[in-house]
Amino acid sequence: MTQVLVVDDSAIIRKIARRILEDLRFETAEAEDGARALDCCAASMPDAIFLDWNMPVMDGYEFLRELRKMPDGAKPKIVFCTTENDVAQIARAMHAGADEYIMKPFDRHIVQSKLEEIGLV
Amino acid sequence: MRSDLAALAALLSDRIGLAVDEGKHQAIEMRLQPTVAAAGLPNVSELVHRLSKGGDPALLDRTIDAMVTCETLFFRDRKPFEALRATVLPRLREARRAERRIRIWSAACATGQEPYSLAMLIDEQQREFAGWRVEIVASDVSAAAVAAAREGRYSQFEVQRGLPTPLLLRHFQRDGEAWRINDHLRAHVEFRRANLIDEFGRFGRFDIVFCRNVLMYMDVERRRDILQRLSRVLADDGYLALGAAETVVGISDEFEPAPDCAGLFRRKTPASLRMAANS
Repeated sequence: MTQVLVVDDSAIIRKIARRILEDLRFETAEAEDGARALDCCAASMPDAIFLDWNMPVMDGYEFLRELRKMPDGAKPKIVFCTTENDVAQIARAMHAGADEYIMKPFDRHIVQSKLEEIGLV
Repeated sequence: MRSDLAALAALLSDRIGLAVDEGKHQAIEMRLQPTVAAAGLPNVSELVHRLSKGGDPALLDRTIDAMVTCETLFFRDRKPFEALRATVLPRLREARRAERRIRIWSAACATGQEPYSLAMLIDEQQREFAGWRVEIVASDVSAAAVAAAREGRYSQFEVQRGLPTPLLLRHFQRDGEAWRINDHLRAHVEFRRANLIDEFGRFGRFDIVFCRNVLMYMDVERRRDILQRLSRVLADDGYLALGAAETVVGISDEFEPAPDCAGLFRRKTPASLRMAANS
């Protein structure tokens, strides 16, 4: 089963994302900041990561840089999922190695569409 | 009220080919409530009365706008676009290398996501199409839909359905809370208002026709008629795309599924027509 790690400091967003992803038959895990997400990845590298940008302790951008240094860190598909919605921020995320980008708020249609884009649906 | 709704259903069938069975009359009434309110009318019966009398084309347009389904998304159903990218466009480039011209018609373009997706696909192959004239004509029966398509302004929700983020960055710019398609892409598409039940031969001949998710709302006779007329505007070696839930099977003798392009149809060749006649 394809594993998706949801990284967001909002418990509500994590809950909504997990519900949608589990409906789409993904196995999910969650972390509330980038540092905890790195721990999760060290224990078990997921197939994809839904990644918030602005989080305490370690933000999404820094997490992505650290992730790519890990063994198997190139494996997960990265979908930024954030309230940052201006062109420069989106371009920066894509340039940093994101595979797709979701602007909050999102719903099941958007999540499914983005997962199709990266070949997971 | 029941006879009023039956009269309205007959009028919609007559004007735009929309088939509404009796079980959906209640749904029509619900759908037209905003139109009734905006026109300052007391109820749907009065709307039907006004439309039946004729002489109010603006009210008829608003009624049609309310009745047609404009739900769509960028690169909807994917497969026809993948077939175009991988097979159809390279094949047509080879076949048209003398005239260097390709014409594409998005025949039920709704709010424009389909023709703009086609324009993005052509843009992706701009090197191969250097020196070519690629025309994309887009039409819809709804005046409001064509106006929205021409404007090319989409909500954050709409640009996240079907549209890969690199294409969002390449072809759109922020416009307040929304996103607006760039002028260079908009200039690739010519928008017109057109009713498929009327004659469309004046649009000229096309190499590719996308006529998706519109015939499904019509009865079989209308579908047959439109498919027959589409076969006359489609080049002999052209391609027709229908919606994922639509088919020509049992309706049209003019087309057959394109064997190597999922979701696309081609005009029958003399050989396949002979085989069908003998079977």
